[in-house]
Amino acid sequence: MPDDTATADILMGDVVRLEDVLSRDSVIAVCRSFFELFGLPVRVISQEGELLADVHKERPLCRYLNTLDGGKRACGNTVRDVRSREPNGGPLTHSCFTGAVYRIAPLEYQGRPVGRFIIGPYVPAETPSHPRSLVTVDPGVDSATAIEQLGRMPRVREEVAVQLSNHLKSVLELLLFSGHRAQLASSMQIANVRENYRELAEKNERLAAAYEELKQLDELKSNFLATVSHELRTPLTSIIGYTEMLESGAAGELAQEQNAFLRTIRSKADQLLRLISSLLDLGQLEQGGLQLHAEPLEARALLTDVVSTIVPAANRKRISVDVQFDDDVPRFVGDPVRVKQILINLADNAVKFTPEGGSVELTARRAELKGAGPEGLGAALFATRRPAVAFIVTDDGKGIPEDKLNRVFEAFYQIDNSSTREHGGAGLGLSIVKQLVLGHGGEIEVNSELGQGTAFVVKLPAAAANG
Amino acid sequence: MQVDFADKELTLKLVYYGPALSGKTTNLQAIHWLATQATCGDLMTLQTQNDRTLFFDMLPVTVNSVSGLKVRVKLFTVPGQVMHNATRRLVLQGVDGVAFVADSQLSEVEANRESFLNLKQNLEDIGIDPAKIPIVIQFNKRDLEHIRTDEEIEALSRSSREPIYKAIATRGYGVMQTFRGLIRQTWYHLEREHHLQEKFAITPLGFLHEVESRLKHDPTVR
Repeated sequence: MPDDTATADILMGDVVRLEDVLSRDSVIAVCRSFFELFGLPVRVISQEGELLADVHKERPLCRYLNTLDGGKRACGNTVRDVRSREPNGGPLTHSCFTGAVYRIAPLEYQGRPVGRFIIGPYVPAETPSHPRSLVTVDPGVDSATAIEQLGRMPRVREEVAVQLSNHLKSVLELLLFSGHRAQLASSMQIANVRENYRELAEKNERLAAAYEELKQLDELKSNFLATVSHELRTPLTSIIGYTEMLESGAAGELAQEQNAFLRTIRSKADQLLRLISSLLDLGQLEQGGLQLHAEPLEARALLTDVVSTIVPAANRKRISVDVQFDDDVPRFVGDPVRVKQILINLADNAVKFTPEGGSVELTARRAELKGAGPEGLGAALFATRRPAVAFIVTDDGKGIPEDKLNRVFEAFYQIDNSSTREHGGAGLGLSIVKQLVLGHGGEIEVNSELGQGTAFVVKLPAAAANG
Repeated sequence: MQVDFADKELTLKLVYYGPALSGKTTNLQAIHWLATQATCGDLMTLQTQNDRTLFFDMLPVTVNSVSGLKVRVKLFTVPGQVMHNATRRLVLQGVDGVAFVADSQLSEVEANRESFLNLKQNLEDIGIDPAKIPIVIQFNKRDLEHIRTDEEIEALSRSSREPIYKAIATRGYGVMQTFRGLIRQTWYHLEREHHLQEKFAITPLGFLHEVESRLKHDPTVR
């Protein structure tokens, strides 16, 4: 990762160092092809003095002079001088004692020097003959050999040397441009990813805070609901109690009409009490605060009990209530009050939504509960099947549209508002039923076909001894 | 702004901002084509296949002042598409002046407005006070139909805090004028903030004159 300075330079679009931007292989390849085409050695040096490319072949003259002490010394000096010269004011030539020259040209990028390249040695074609220094550099120089080998050096006219140098300069600067472009693109890519990550992390933080706030609000709402329900129930209990006392004649005989009024008060007060109890239940279930008692239960007795509760309402609508009971239904463990509440609620609903003269069926049978785990591949490792008892409450009412099936368990949800007017209720029943079933470690599902009726299936885990 | 006192070198960053397809890249292309080669470097574009700006475009302009001060001006564009906001914020970092390229078409009024608000927000996010940074506005695409009228722009110009320029960037009209206007605003701002005259012995007028003489003139519509 680039540090802050480098990022600042990148954002300013500046090249920091030639060696960071230029692909060394590309520079060497360009220099090699230049050498092969024109026979001229090339060296590329960065502003920091690093040799990025050095393509040359030792010339016979150089090899020969290097065998002599004076020649070797002079050669070394020349190479050192050439490498240390900086062409700040533009290209320059540096002469060697042999009569050959080096051409040194600056590499610039966006108005800044970034390095230089050296072409040579070559002999300027305009040079008429060799300089004296070629033969006097060492007493052992054989002039004929030295002059003959100087003749084998590449000869270039000054005008051509300038053209070749300009050409190489533009190629190298173009390489630099592409390298810089690639570097900027990749740095921007990284900077972008970091910037996006930072932005998303900030958003996530804000969302988490908002979520936390909503959770607290939800808790407040539940507490409020619980408190209000509780406070409403206390005076309501008194109202019901005093009504009962009046009905029983504790305050003297009542006229028939007075009794009829009292019955209405009682029935409405009971309805209100049920609603308030539901709200309390829901509040406790949502907070996980409802205590369930675990007792071994028997399905047959339970169903009989439930049927006796709903029969009066069913009779009023001439609805037949059938009970189907398989012999192998296992015993199960549950809270008797709550399991009864579940079944009464479902059965009550069934009667409510079945038209006059229809039928409601309550069934208990042996079933299985599927454990959590992925379906298919490796299912044997995860899925467990536990024995269970299934209670199925079927009606032949008008059914529930498919798109609304999975919403029936939401609190306060009514499939359509007309049903509220027709049948009453706050839309809490099924939500409480579901929470209670889950609280028992069971599951609930609903199947329905429009015009055919609806079946609610509640599965509760069987007691271990019967498993 | 980056200052190198040893080398007497000053680097300015100017950003061309604006909604998608308003002609930011075209402005830089026109400057590259109109300015003298000695002053203007190569235009670097980082584009997608559809010629949409992906990260930014960059055009370096170098002015070697007779005072010995070398001023390097880096012109950047931002990607206009809404989704590239992180890139815009990155490109804006260290900015010295902004040219806002607006689309003159009536259908683009809302896009201009949104982009300007986005500029303002991004500047604030990176710690730059939008009220203090030099901004010029260019109404581009004056050659199209269904555009805001000249009278309308003249009226806007009279009440605007920012200098307003009209341009047809595809033909180079008004581009250099916008650029010079931006340099002028930026230089006066930097003079007030950093006292360049004191430090580099260069007067704002003197510098602007040098910039003018080094950039070719273009036929303008204004």
